[in-house]
Amino acid sequence: MLVSEKVAIEHGLKADEYKKICELLKRTPNLTELGIFSAMWNEHCSYKSSRLHLKKLPTSGKKVIQGPGENAGVIDIEDGDAIVFKIESHNHPSFIEPYQGAATGVGGIMRDVFTMGARPIANLNSIHFGSPQHKKTKNLLRGVVHGIGGYGNCMGVPTIAGQTSFDSSYNGNILVNAMTLGLVKKNKIFYSKAAGLNKPVIYVGSKTGRDGIHGASMASASFDEKIEEKKPTVQVGDPFTEKLLLEACLELMAGDSIIAIQDMGAAGLTSSSIEMASKGNLGIEINLNKVPCRESKMTPYEIMLSESQERMLIVLENGKEGMAKKIFDKWNLDFAVIGKTTNTKNIELFFNNEQVANIPVNTLVENSPMYDRKWKKAKLPKKNKIKKETYSKLKIKDVLKKILSNPNICSKEWIWQQYDHTVMGDTIQKPGGNSGVVRVHGTNKAVAASVDSSAVYCWAHPLTGGKQVVAESWRNLISVGATPIAITNCLNFGSPENEENMGEFVECVQGIGEASKYLNFPVVSGNVSFYNQTKEIGIKPTPSIGGVGLIKDYKKMVTMDFKEKDNVALIIGKTEGHLDQSLFARSILDEKNGPPPEVNLFNEKNNGETLLNLIEKNLIKSAHDVSLGGIITAISKMSIKGNKGIKLNKFKNLINEIDYLFAEDQGRYVIEVKQEDLKDVIKILDKNSVHHEELGFITEKDMIINEKTKVTIDELKSYNTNWLTNYMNS
Amino acid sequence: MKSSVITFPGSNCDRDMNVALTKFGFKNKMVWHDDNELPKSDLVVLPGGFSYGDYLRCGSMASKSKIMQSVISFAKSGGLVMGICNGFQILVETGLVPGVLLRNKYLEFICKNVFIKVDNKDNPYFKHIDKNVFEFHIAHNEGNYFCTQDQLKEIEDNNQIAIYYCNKEGQTEDQFNPNGSIKNIAGIFNKGKNVLGMMPHPERMIDQSLSGEDGSLFFKNLINNIK
Repeated sequence: MLVSEKVAIEHGLKADEYKKICELLKRTPNLTELGIFSAMWNEHCSYKSSRLHLKKLPTSGKKVIQGPGENAGVIDIEDGDAIVFKIESHNHPSFIEPYQGAATGVGGIMRDVFTMGARPIANLNSIHFGSPQHKKTKNLLRGVVHGIGGYGNCMGVPTIAGQTSFDSSYNGNILVNAMTLGLVKKNKIFYSKAAGLNKPVIYVGSKTGRDGIHGASMASASFDEKIEEKKPTVQVGDPFTEKLLLEACLELMAGDSIIAIQDMGAAGLTSSSIEMASKGNLGIEINLNKVPCRESKMTPYEIMLSESQERMLIVLENGKEGMAKKIFDKWNLDFAVIGKTTNTKNIELFFNNEQVANIPVNTLVENSPMYDRKWKKAKLPKKNKIKKETYSKLKIKDVLKKILSNPNICSKEWIWQQYDHTVMGDTIQKPGGNSGVVRVHGTNKAVAASVDSSAVYCWAHPLTGGKQVVAESWRNLISVGATPIAITNCLNFGSPENEENMGEFVECVQGIGEASKYLNFPVVSGNVSFYNQTKEIGIKPTPSIGGVGLIKDYKKMVTMDFKEKDNVALIIGKTEGHLDQSLFARSILDEKNGPPPEVNLFNEKNNGETLLNLIEKNLIKSAHDVSLGGIITAISKMSIKGNKGIKLNKFKNLINEIDYLFAEDQGRYVIEVKQEDLKDVIKILDKNSVHHEELGFITEKDMIINEKTKVTIDELKSYNTNWLTNYMNS
Repeated sequence: MKSSVITFPGSNCDRDMNVALTKFGFKNKMVWHDDNELPKSDLVVLPGGFSYGDYLRCGSMASKSKIMQSVISFAKSGGLVMGICNGFQILVETGLVPGVLLRNKYLEFICKNVFIKVDNKDNPYFKHIDKNVFEFHIAHNEGNYFCTQDQLKEIEDNNQIAIYYCNKEGQTEDQFNPNGSIKNIAGIFNKGKNVLGMMPHPERMIDQSLSGEDGSLFFKNLINNIK
């Protein structure tokens, strides 16, 4: 096929981008070369619309060993140990083919982590679906959950936490974000930077097939009615092969023969080889006849653009090929020397003894387009004046029932019971709590991780929303007694070519940056997923934040279940009664206007650090951050988990009782304290100027809100636990 | 006491089993599926996981591994062989224990704590254990035990049912059956009671910080019985 502007546009390139390619090459590219450019220059791989803004995020800190730019971020957890982690989206493929889309999302992120030498020790996910009433939602949810479980369970890596939400803005574009944490020794981290000339380039893992060709380009475009036709762009996962690949790679990594290693993810052999060459400022030469192929007569174009899963590219020290091959033979995996590093600084491909592509590496990476897209600043919405009369007569118990059974609040046990969350024998906090927690095998340390997003807040005011998600992640880690260290972000947005969507992106990133800087909670890895839209309708802006923290002595970990009768429940942080954008306002009153709750970073930091100090002193029996659904939702969940009740003190606050119980003001936690420790706790809170109020005390089983309102623990459970199971079985 | 844990391609509870056995005093060796000979052992464990990706049929390919010939002769000569989860599926495929394991009734993977009841203590695994109802952990997709009526009669006549799914009080009503197993069967023995296949994972319950400690009771008792 002759390459023309038309062919370039069919590859998802813009006319001026094609012109730039011809100028850079000083000739017209052939089809293979055009394919390579389209794979490297699409939004998914080049970050062309986001790079400019991502640069503003804080990415360094005392605990950061590796920030963005590698396969995953790495943080120091002391004693020579490090945690490698990252979150990544697999949204587009999961909508087209939910099982395989979600499964390969999980497989891809685990590969990113073990490419760096780390054994994966925990998986998390953040998944978002359309309205429960939408005809596709149920099957998509079932497929995605089966896919995540199918891959993670087979790999033997526990899925320890997650988040699931429903919102009609995801009707045409679901979100599937997968996160993995791996454990590595600080001095055994592997990177993707190639070094040295004439070093063998090795291909290991599965064979290359015709699946996933142009997957990255597909993920860089909006959906339309012809979306079903895109099915062949979805990759097919094989977790068994990945498990073998993991063990084989870790076995090879125990020695010192690897110079650089890179997994073949989006854009397959193309991006992996080019990234290694680019980072090492080298050239790379590949003989495509040597690439193990699953199907016959594959063309160079297909081999370079295939996104077949479970493959890795390695630059090895000379002379180590035989030893390395033995390991991969043992695990029944393909092993092929397919090329070598060169000093040409070009990527040169050969097929049937002919050169089929020759492109300077820098044209594909440094010279890739970068856009300063137009964006619109969002105004802070005016406070919504909801009339008190419209809800002051509502019965608290009726409202509570609706809130606890709301799809976005209800128990997600139907989902996480399908994930193996206990394999590896170190899970000490299962899904359904504030954060998942796994021990660092064989030590007293544990790592906590949480994944959060608040699309509604981000939609109402992106800057505040961006800050809020980071703050919520921080609170979730603190609530289990972990010191927050760093975050990874998955930025899911509509089209960057739409000024409003682009504005949402820019301002969410700004919010994330401000909060992570203030809280000393840097961003060490992440990914951007644009074009989550169908025709002109984009999703609500949904940055997902994956936070990681360290518990130095896991015996000090705190859980959220109420522990003991007569203990006192306190609320930390001030309740102003902010109802706008709360679940109460949106789902009970159907009021969708107004600003999200304000995020005061000073209070967040102060309240959080003070609580950590109390936990360190063993003064806290249970803790839970207050978020969606307000105080009453938080204490209901603590009651359900602990199978205990709570009697609230006589209400003497200046604000309305409903406002108090359902408001979503930020920076708050509910904590449980023993009577005899109360004085000490209050002293420390006062000393640090942390606002606190006594909420009530723990009872044997009933939740007594006021003289007229009593809810039994069984009622709470029935409100909260049944919705999802009933929905899936209906 | 010496134990061996077999690692098949796709095993993923082999390390956990090694940790548990070592913790309770076994001198454990990890044995590769492609080896010919079994080291001298008082106990051989086939661990959980997804041997050969569960392709074809769970456990079927692993049951044909090189090492399995030695494991089978070891079992036939009276040696203790325990298969957990995928290990149980492998045992069923070798024919060392009767029956088959189908997909869970609701077609979903289940990971949760369950209660199990021990009926028969006249065997090396549960002899002397001073408890009848245990809290164990399950994590499987194909744990729905099934056999023919004739087989069932034989199993029952020979006291081969090792453990049943039940509730906290030890009741074995249908509602406490997580996967649709016939008779709530969670584990069975061979005729000689030296081979045990079971779906629950005792190795995940060996520490109060984990899901529970009933696994510790199991292993402590097991090593005492072998001594």
